[in-house]
Amino acid sequence: MDFNTKFTPHTWPDHPEQATMEGKNKVVGFWIFLACEVVLFASLFATYLALKNKGPAGMEFTTQGLFELPLAFAMTMLLLTSSLTSVYAIYHMRNFNFKGMQTWLAITLALGLGFLALEIYEFNHYVHLGFTFNQSAFATAFYSLVGTHGFHVTLGLVWIGTLMIRNAKRGLNLYNAPKFFVAALYWHFIDVVWVFIFTVVYLMGVIG
Amino acid sequence: MSSYTQKKGFGAAVWDYITTVDHKKLAVMYLLAGTLFFAIAGFEALLMRIQLMKPNNDFVSAGFFNELLTMHGTTMLFLAATPLLFAFMNMLVPLQIGARDVAFPFLNSLGFWLFFLGAVFLHLSFFMGGAPDAGWTSYASLSLYSPGHGIDFYVLGLQISGAGTLISGLNFIVTIITMRAPGMTFMRMPLFTWTALVSSALILFAFPPLTIGLLMMLFDRMFGGNFFDHTMGGNTVIWEHLFWIFGHPEVYILVLPAFGLFSEIIPAFSRKRLFGYSSMVFATILIGFLGFMVWAHHMFTVGLGPTANAIFAVATMAIAVPTGMKVFNWILTIWGGSIKVTTPMLYALGFIPSFVAGGVTGVMQASAPLDYQLHDSYFIVAHFHYVIVGGIVTALFGSAHFYWPIFFNRMLNETLGKITFWVFFIGFHLTFFLQHFLGLMGMPRRVFTYMEGQGWDQFNYISTIGALMMGVGVILMVINCLMSIKGKPAGRDPWGDGRTLEWSIPQPIPFYNFRQTPLVRGLDPWWIEKQEGNKEVTFAEPLGDIHMPNNSAIPFVISLGMFIAAFGALYNPDADKPWSIYVLIIGLAITFGAMIARSVKDDHGFHLHKEEILEIEEHLYGKGGNK
Amino acid sequence: MMKGLKKWRLFSLLAVMMVFLSGCGEDYLSTLKPSGEVGKQQLNLLLLTTVIMTLVVVIVSVIYLLAFLKYRRARVGENVIPKQVEGSHTLEVIWTVIPIILLLIIAVPVVTTTYKFADVAAMDEVDEEGNKTALTINVTAKLYWWEFEYPNQGIVTAQELVVPTGEKVYFNLKAADVKHSFWIPAVGGKMDTNVENLNKFYLVFDKESKDLKDGVFYGKCAELCGPSHALMDFKVKTLSPDAFDAWVDAMKATEGQTADKASTDLGEATFANSCLGCHAISGSGAGGTPGPNLTTFGDRNRVAGFLEHNEESLKAWIKNPEEFKPGNLMMNADGTAPIYGNLSDEEIEALATYIMGLSVEK
Repeated sequence: MDFNTKFTPHTWPDHPEQATMEGKNKVVGFWIFLACEVVLFASLFATYLALKNKGPAGMEFTTQGLFELPLAFAMTMLLLTSSLTSVYAIYHMRNFNFKGMQTWLAITLALGLGFLALEIYEFNHYVHLGFTFNQSAFATAFYSLVGTHGFHVTLGLVWIGTLMIRNAKRGLNLYNAPKFFVAALYWHFIDVVWVFIFTVVYLMGVIG
Repeated sequence: MSSYTQKKGFGAAVWDYITTVDHKKLAVMYLLAGTLFFAIAGFEALLMRIQLMKPNNDFVSAGFFNELLTMHGTTMLFLAATPLLFAFMNMLVPLQIGARDVAFPFLNSLGFWLFFLGAVFLHLSFFMGGAPDAGWTSYASLSLYSPGHGIDFYVLGLQISGAGTLISGLNFIVTIITMRAPGMTFMRMPLFTWTALVSSALILFAFPPLTIGLLMMLFDRMFGGNFFDHTMGGNTVIWEHLFWIFGHPEVYILVLPAFGLFSEIIPAFSRKRLFGYSSMVFATILIGFLGFMVWAHHMFTVGLGPTANAIFAVATMAIAVPTGMKVFNWILTIWGGSIKVTTPMLYALGFIPSFVAGGVTGVMQASAPLDYQLHDSYFIVAHFHYVIVGGIVTALFGSAHFYWPIFFNRMLNETLGKITFWVFFIGFHLTFFLQHFLGLMGMPRRVFTYMEGQGWDQFNYISTIGALMMGVGVILMVINCLMSIKGKPAGRDPWGDGRTLEWSIPQPIPFYNFRQTPLVRGLDPWWIEKQEGNKEVTFAEPLGDIHMPNNSAIPFVISLGMFIAAFGALYNPDADKPWSIYVLIIGLAITFGAMIARSVKDDHGFHLHKEEILEIEEHLYGKGGNK
Repeated sequence: MMKGLKKWRLFSLLAVMMVFLSGCGEDYLSTLKPSGEVGKQQLNLLLLTTVIMTLVVVIVSVIYLLAFLKYRRARVGENVIPKQVEGSHTLEVIWTVIPIILLLIIAVPVVTTTYKFADVAAMDEVDEEGNKTALTINVTAKLYWWEFEYPNQGIVTAQELVVPTGEKVYFNLKAADVKHSFWIPAVGGKMDTNVENLNKFYLVFDKESKDLKDGVFYGKCAELCGPSHALMDFKVKTLSPDAFDAWVDAMKATEGQTADKASTDLGEATFANSCLGCHAISGSGAGGTPGPNLTTFGDRNRVAGFLEHNEESLKAWIKNPEEFKPGNLMMNADGTAPIYGNLSDEEIEALATYIMGLSVEK
């Protein structure tokens, strides 16, 4: 199937992201890339666990004293919801409903921005308490792990945003369908990583 | 359309290589870049050996010796062996599976340029205030203590070139999964392709820990992070774990494709299919899997406790089993065959005993209590050089001879090749065999000098002579390569014993590789066709239009931006270099600008029409010729 | 081709012969001539694995040479197409099972010895009076020298470890700056000195060192630690238990020993002015001084761990330590002069004589 073919909802294939060789490669390749990202985050998690609550003699900061579950829970909810909205977006993409896809992606973006705003607020709050990046090994590990996730969220937002703007005028075709699909996949991955951060850093930090 | 057949000027040719996405041209570039860095690292080794030729020598200073040993190790593993193997993977994998290119030609080019510019960046350290000097392992306490920017060059250079390696690895996996020709099932893939697949998977899982480790070191050195500062609660052993979780699989990343190359050479020159193909595949996967379970055997003396040491000792020994399976399968391939002792075969034959010798010393070091004595002594130096030179370098040299006609449509001189082999091979054993005993006699590794009267003088002297012989061998090899420029075209299947698809393609190989996609009817498809008396492989499709990717300068620009940004990042902590932040911003702007350009401009590739194909083939092979 | 092979055989034969001719290294340094339980067990493991592994190499090489000699194309004929054998299950099983058995033979002693060497429970054992029964030594590795503290005896020395023969000596290992590794090849395998945690292990010293060539065993740093890693040697003096006790008493007797700035001896006065800030000359107390403790300097075997033990090298060392051990911490921040300044030749002369006279054994 050609990139330039014009489609109607009837002729649009069931799996537009895999209808071309390029699309198929992209999806397979992206799954493999995500596997690699898993190892990346695993290394960060392991380091965080090793350095949790470790600092110079007499350090006052601990996970129990520092983290606030309600805030982390709000962030989790925002990101989980955004994952759901991105599912809707891909649903509409598969049904050749460009408008619907753009709308749901916009909602996803808004939720993602909300998450990011809360994260920035949270970091800012900690820094004001004196828990800066250089304060202890615990601080360095915490900011590196959560910050790397935050960096991924930012990248995801820029990526989805760019895709929406770039394709706003030309609608769906077999060239950009895999791009939307893969971006959504990336967004789900970010979400899954956050679930682990919520559990390992916040829940286990405050309760465990 | 005639642009494919015209001769190009020099500038145009350079531009063509900078922008190319053709896996064959990238393979040649990997080959050249890898050879360059191999020569540099080899030269560094010679300087070290000359320094150690006699006790109390002052040929190089203590500090410079540490720079040499660091750069020798780093360069050989990351910037010489890896790209040289990538050269073969790039060239052979698409040809062996019957594909017209890799899955992501653009990424293939990006991977090369990231690797190359990262490598150049690392080497510029010699001229910009000193190279890294904490060993290729760069253990955290020493690397944080090390003054100057040497370690920063290491961190940033490896980060960039590592990203390139990772991208290439991902590309190979997808290529092998999705781009196989009809009939090329997984269990019909040539073993080299199998090893390329497993080794790429190892890259995928091994490089992220290194990336994180380097990032942590970057934070600690440049932004006041505390990962490895024990006074702030940090822990240097984390670096050792992360490094070896990467570092041990890295050895298998290199040695598995080397096994793969020999698994192509040995059957070809024994005229016999690979003995126990399926068990070879199984052993490859098993080695790759076990490769991730054994990293702590590099850390037996760190004090992880007896339980960890015992577990990792036994796990490490287990790797000997699949490796042994491979060795016996190679020998049984030779058994009952018809052996033609060409230069590549000579390397394969030299490889088996050398590699086995390196492997068994590995089992000795896996014995944790014994390793307390052997660790960080010259014994380990001997061991890993037996594995790396005896296993990987012989594979690279042997397959350079074997695949030279695929790369350049020329043969290397056989007589000179055999002389090279003997000079290099004898030099190699002379250099490293005695180092086992130096280690047992108490000589620690990474020493820039040693005192008289410790009983090490004679062996060190002999070892240096061996190293010089290896140097002569490498020079002979390069001369042979240069001489081949003037040689006659080799033509299709010049060894006469080719078995796999890459030998079935007429020479010179057109840029689209296969005019028609081949139909694979079994293991060793070209052998099958030849046995049935066919002059051509069976095709899976009629002659038609071919879709090919466009060239692009963007990968080069993205990498160049990273290269520039790295200088900014490197000098950013220095108070007296306020300009560095602008360099960093400009570099990142170039990179992101190029990425945006790539996203905004659609790239659909182009179609090569039937008539154009015929015209190109007529130009390449003459009228009506070579069908 | 055959000529080449013969050459190869000749070379390996030569190599093997040379190894035997030169013996197995020096008895104060070689892991092949161990004097101590730990080193001996390690040597036994080495012999066991070597025998098994040599067997493997020989078997592989023989099969492979046979195959190679039998099936050359010149012998089997140019146009012969060999039978394309797929593989053999029986053979696969054989060469999987046999290596597993060989590895099990190795694995059993490996695992038991690993646990045995890690057993340091005796470090905490006490007698009725609550005194520790085992001899424990705290080793601190510093940029390029070693400090040895005997916490139960309350004494400290540097660069030359003194231990009794015939008992298990326990070590607490730590690094003060960057990671090093503590290794006495002729006595037993090494252990790293980390910066963040204490490593513990033990060694046994069988032989008194006075009969050795230099009267000491050689110790090495086995982890790259900077430019002078190669020069970070130390020495080990092993004494009979009685002699060791006498040495401990002599060390304790140096309590309070110091140098006087007002001394009429130029050496002592210079020492008090320029050296005492970093180097103690009393062997009693705990470690932690910036420079090595010099109480026993006159009894030692080397200057700075590796230079000949005479006043000439000591003077040269004091004049410019950087020349001998690059990167050592005796230089000032910009590396132009030692931190004690450039002393006059006369002062150095007197200082060397004074330092050489520091002794507990004479």
